[in-house]
Amino acid sequence: MLQIKNLHAGINGKEILKGIDLTVNAGEVHAIMGPNGSGKSTLSAVIAGNENFEVYKGDILFNGVSILELSADERAHKGVFLSFQYPVEIPGVTTTNFIKTAINANRKAKGLEDLPAKEMLQMIREKSDLLEMDRKFLSRSLNEGFSGGEKKRNEIFQMAMLEPKLAILDETDSGLDIDALKIVANGVNKLKRPDNATIIITHYQRLLDYIIPDHVHVLHDGKIVKSGAKELAYTLEEKGYDWVK
Amino acid sequence: MELKDKLVASFMAFENKGNIDLDSGVHKLRTKAIEKFEQLGFPAKKDEEWKYTSLNTLLKNDFSVFPDTKNELELRDVRQYFLDEIDTYRIVFIDGMYSPFLSHTSHEQGDICLLSSALKQPKYQMVIDHYFGKIASADESLTCLNTAFAREGAFIRIPKNTIVERPIQILYFSTGNEKELILQPRNLVIVDENSHVQIIERHQNLTDNKVLTNSVTEIFANKRAIVDYYKLQDDNLSASLIDNTYVQQKDSSIATVNTFSFGGRITRNNLTFTHEGERVTSYLNGISVIGDSQHVDNHTMIHHKRENCESHELYKGIYDDQSTGVFNGKVLVDKIAQKTNAYQQNDNVLIGDKASINAKPQLEIFADDVKCSHGCTIGQLDEKALFYLQTRGIPKKEARALLLFAFGNDVVERIKIPSLKARISKLIAQKLKVDLQIQI
Repeated sequence: MLQIKNLHAGINGKEILKGIDLTVNAGEVHAIMGPNGSGKSTLSAVIAGNENFEVYKGDILFNGVSILELSADERAHKGVFLSFQYPVEIPGVTTTNFIKTAINANRKAKGLEDLPAKEMLQMIREKSDLLEMDRKFLSRSLNEGFSGGEKKRNEIFQMAMLEPKLAILDETDSGLDIDALKIVANGVNKLKRPDNATIIITHYQRLLDYIIPDHVHVLHDGKIVKSGAKELAYTLEEKGYDWVK
Repeated sequence: MELKDKLVASFMAFENKGNIDLDSGVHKLRTKAIEKFEQLGFPAKKDEEWKYTSLNTLLKNDFSVFPDTKNELELRDVRQYFLDEIDTYRIVFIDGMYSPFLSHTSHEQGDICLLSSALKQPKYQMVIDHYFGKIASADESLTCLNTAFAREGAFIRIPKNTIVERPIQILYFSTGNEKELILQPRNLVIVDENSHVQIIERHQNLTDNKVLTNSVTEIFANKRAIVDYYKLQDDNLSASLIDNTYVQQKDSSIATVNTFSFGGRITRNNLTFTHEGERVTSYLNGISVIGDSQHVDNHTMIHHKRENCESHELYKGIYDDQSTGVFNGKVLVDKIAQKTNAYQQNDNVLIGDKASINAKPQLEIFADDVKCSHGCTIGQLDEKALFYLQTRGIPKKEARALLLFAFGNDVVERIKIPSLKARISKLIAQKLKVDLQIQI
């Protein structure tokens, strides 16, 4: 599904990713771990199409086609989703209206009519129940005044609504208490299908107790320095990142 | 001849035309006003209040002071400017003259009619003597100019204990019969005790011939009256508007003036509120969405003269291209006006590289037990928020529009007439050049 080939990328001429190779197949869960400043968030931003980052070398293929020239919204239409480490607050737009706009923008890109209001409502109900969300958040301005945990839950709710092929969860566990973590992880697990894939970007192995990865990669100084099965996460937790340097 | 001299010279002819009773109070008011205008002339850049808005280019036009011919319009020519979805009263003027054909006036729930007839008919004389020209400034040159030439406009008088169910639309059309025309409409609104009225005012130029409108509106909200006034400004680039609105409030009245500025070459809104009673509440809301070389200047003044009153100001601006904006918000709290609450917020987004805004909050507080605050922001669209929306599949153009919509939303939310709210939302979408199927 996703193939990253010798990716060099950075910001304002400063190289942060220094040759990343990564292949993610449908049905897989990959975890990317690494210390602060190793380039984890840059990697997720570059895959999602943040224009502030420049790609110097290499390629990103999605289902065999390069997506480097596509804007973030075009990548979203292809099925790429990024759950933000710091979701943006947007006063004046309710969560419900935001998700309606997003769903219909995606449908429009696929040449489909708007989703009928009734079906939309039904879907919003289902997905918000899946994440045990308090309905009152749906009628509040997007993320405005939400706690860290509520914001993350809202991210996964949006993911559930948009049904992406590839979901990148950037530090989704930060700011979550243990109960919220379980709910969010449970949501992610329920959304898992043989035809979609997930990349979990995280500092700690904690989230990986709930979402079991098929592969774990360790990112250090812009390169993947080690890859392995889920056990690698435990070893890392025990020995620290110095061990892989 | 310069416009000022031309106007002064026309004054005599104007009065003669109207068969003026030389003993009437109105005649005396006019005479004083034209003298004051002659003395002051048009405002210039050296005046502190006009530092950021220049009328120079406008005043070079050879304006016709009175249009000679009377024009009629077909309903289909102007229907799009009416709020037709709801039942309303309409007071319509064409080139400054009343159009009975397009209007729907009423004397059922008070007088919803014309200033010219109120000025003429003896039965209104007491009301005119009591209210006309009483709060419009006698020192400000453009208001004086209007007072001197005022002959037509809306006259709305709602007696006590009356809720006017239908909104009242006041519409001024210009047909371009004169190449360059100056209009001086004058509205008088009196809302008596416990009464409620909703008014929508609009000026529309129907051709590319130039129009300068120098409008004065006096609004009296008596005890416990509720007045909701909407100014919808979406004129073409050949039209400029100087709007001078004066609001006087008595005990426990609530007056709201909403200003929506989307069009016109130069739009200047002078809004003056005076509290002549206790427990008064004033709301001043505004949103400007402009581009091209448009200029909008919102000048507000709230005079807190009595105790336990509040005022709330919320002005938002979105400026594209090389458009320019001004916000000047003055709040004056007299020594006696204890327990005043006065809030002012002015937020601006510059989306054009050459757009600019001059914002000036001005608080003069002489009482010591008050809550007054003011805030002002000037910024650009948040890149992070744009990216966030894009990752959800919303294209950049729509994402920008959505964010700008959201920015102006709290002002739009305050519109109490649903069909007007829908129309304003649509106009904002048009100004932002998107077809947006969202209800925020």
